[in-house]
Amino acid sequence: MTEALQELGATLEIKRDDCVLVWSVDFDELTVDVAPSNIVEFVEFLKTDSACKFSTLVDITGVDYPDRAKRFDVVYHFLSMYQNQRIRLRVSIRENEMLPSIVDVHPSANWFEREVFDMFGVIFTGHPDLRRILTDYGFRGHPLRKDFPTTGYTEVRYDEAQKRVVYEPVKLVQEYRQFDFMSPWEGANYILPGDEKGDEKEGAK
Amino acid sequence: MDGSKGFEDALTGEQKIRNFNINFGPQHPAAHGVLRLVLELDGEIVERCDPHIGLLHRGTEKLMESRTYLQNLPYFDRLDYVAPMNQEHAWCLAIEKLTGVEIPRRASLIRVLYSEIGRVLNHLLNVTTQAMDVGALTPPLWGFEEREKLMGFYERACGARLHAAYFRPGGVHQDLPEDLINDIDQWAVEFPAILQDIDDLLTENRIFKQRNADIGVVTEEDILNYGFSGVMVRGSGLAWDLRRAQPYECYDEFDFQIPVGKNGDCYDRYLVRMEEMRQSTSIIRQAVAKLRDCPGDVLARGKLTPPKRSDMKTSMEALIHHFKLYTEGFHVPAGEVYAAVEAPKGEFGVYLVADGTNKPYRAKLRAPGYPHLQAMDHMAKGHQLADVAAIIGTMDIVFGEIDR
Repeated sequence: MTEALQELGATLEIKRDDCVLVWSVDFDELTVDVAPSNIVEFVEFLKTDSACKFSTLVDITGVDYPDRAKRFDVVYHFLSMYQNQRIRLRVSIRENEMLPSIVDVHPSANWFEREVFDMFGVIFTGHPDLRRILTDYGFRGHPLRKDFPTTGYTEVRYDEAQKRVVYEPVKLVQEYRQFDFMSPWEGANYILPGDEKGDEKEGAK
Repeated sequence: MDGSKGFEDALTGEQKIRNFNINFGPQHPAAHGVLRLVLELDGEIVERCDPHIGLLHRGTEKLMESRTYLQNLPYFDRLDYVAPMNQEHAWCLAIEKLTGVEIPRRASLIRVLYSEIGRVLNHLLNVTTQAMDVGALTPPLWGFEEREKLMGFYERACGARLHAAYFRPGGVHQDLPEDLINDIDQWAVEFPAILQDIDDLLTENRIFKQRNADIGVVTEEDILNYGFSGVMVRGSGLAWDLRRAQPYECYDEFDFQIPVGKNGDCYDRYLVRMEEMRQSTSIIRQAVAKLRDCPGDVLARGKLTPPKRSDMKTSMEALIHHFKLYTEGFHVPAGEVYAAVEAPKGEFGVYLVADGTNKPYRAKLRAPGYPHLQAMDHMAKGHQLADVAAIIGTMDIVFGEIDR
C-alpha cells in the first residue's frame, strides 16, 4: 500500500509541480500540501485524471494553529472507489485569507465548506450559499477556533415571566475544569494550577 | 403573491398558482429526530428542499479537545446512537494507528462480533421505521423485539444497553462470558426466521412497493457528486464496502457477500439492508465459532490499557500505571491519521490530529449521514411531498451523528 502511495505522490509531483508543494506518506496515508490558489485546479485534476480518479469527496475540515502566521489548515480527504486509494490535501491560509470553493467540482463540498466557515470563519469564494450550518440561528463567533472558550459566551433558558427563550451571558457556578496533566518527570515546565497566585488569593477555589 | 399583480382573472379565466412554502419538522415523527426542512411545493410536488440542521449540535469536536483520549471514547456512543459500538471502533482504530498498537486476536474477534450486532441493530431500526414512515405499523413492533434482545447482549458485555464504551484503545474493555457467547449463537440461529417474517410482511407488500419502488433513484454520478457511502452506494449496483475494499480488524478472514441493488431506488436499498442483516448474522456465527477456539487476553497490555487487577494487588508499578492512566491518560505521539470503518450507515471516519499530549489537538468526525442529507435537495426534487418521508427513511438519517 505504502509503495503505491509513494508512487502516486511522486507522479503527482511530476505531473503537477505547480500545485504540489510538499508530499509525504505517513501511517499509510498520502498527504499533499497544496497552494491555496491552485486548489480548485488540482482537485479537478485529481477527479478527472485516469490514474487518480479521486472522485469522492470524503471530508473537508479545518485545524487551527493560533501560533502560526498561516493560522488555518484546511484539510481535504478524497477517496477513489476505482483505484481504492485515499489522498489528503492540506492548504494553509492566513486568518483573513479567502479560499476558492470547490463546489463546482464536487457538489458535496457545499455543506463541508459551510461547516468550515461556521466553525473556523474561513471564507470560501464562489460558494453559492455560505451560511452557518451547525450553530444556532444568530450565533456569533467561530467555535472551533482555539481562542473560543469551550463554554461559549451565551447560554439559553426559558424565561417563565417573559414566556420566551432568553439568551444570557454564561455564568458558571464553578470554574470550568481544565487540568494540566503535563508530567513533572517528563521534562515539562510544571506549575501547579492555582499555585502561582496562592499568596494573593487564598481558598478562592 | 396570489397572482393578482398584473394578472386579470376575469379575462383569462385562469388563476396564477403560486408555490407554497412549508416547514417540515423539527418535531415531525417522520423526520427521524430534529430535522427541519423548508420545502417549496408546487401543488404536491417538491420544488426545493432546504434542510436546516444543527438543532442537536452539542459541540462534540470542541469538547473532545479538552478531554483525554479515553474520556473522549463515550462521546462516540452518542453520535449514531442506533449502533454505538461501530463509532467507537473508528476512534480506537485511529489511536491504534498512531500509537502502533496491535490488539490481541480475541479482542479483534469480539470487535467484529459487536460491530455486526450493531449493523443488525441499525438495519432493523431503519428497515422497520422506513416501513412505518410509509404506513405499516407491525414491522417496527417485530423489529424492536429483536433489537431488545441485541441490546441485552450489549448490556451483558459492558453493562450499558446503549452507551457502551466497550471498545477501548488496545482491545475491548472486558472478556465475554461463555454463556453470553452461547446465547448470541443461539440468537443468530433463530434470527433468520424472524427476519423472514419481516420479509414476508414487507417485500411483496403492494403498498410498501408502491411507496418505495422508483423513489429517490441514485445514479453512479450522484454517488460521486454527493459523496455517498454505505448502502446508498450499494443500492445502486456498486459493490463498495470498506470491510472488503480496505479491510480493517480481521474482516479479511470472514466469509460474507456484499449485496448490491440494481435500480438504486428506495426499494432496492431496503432489499440490500435486509440481505446485509442475513450476511451479518452469518458473520456473527463465524465470529462466535472463532471465539470459542481462541481464548486469551482481550487487551494489548501496555501504556494504553490498564494493568490486570491481580497485578495491581502485588505490583506498585501496576498501581501507579492504573492511577496515571485514569487521571492523566496516555500520550499519543504527534501525527495525523484518518481511520474509517464501514458503519451501518456508510463510511464513518475520524480525522485525528495529535500533538503528543494526552488530549487530541483536533478530532474531526466524518459522519456518513452528513453528505447523504446534503443531497436531500437533489433527491427530493420532483417527488411528491409524501415521498420526502420515504427518502429521509432510506438515507438512514440519525441526528446524533449529523449534528455532532
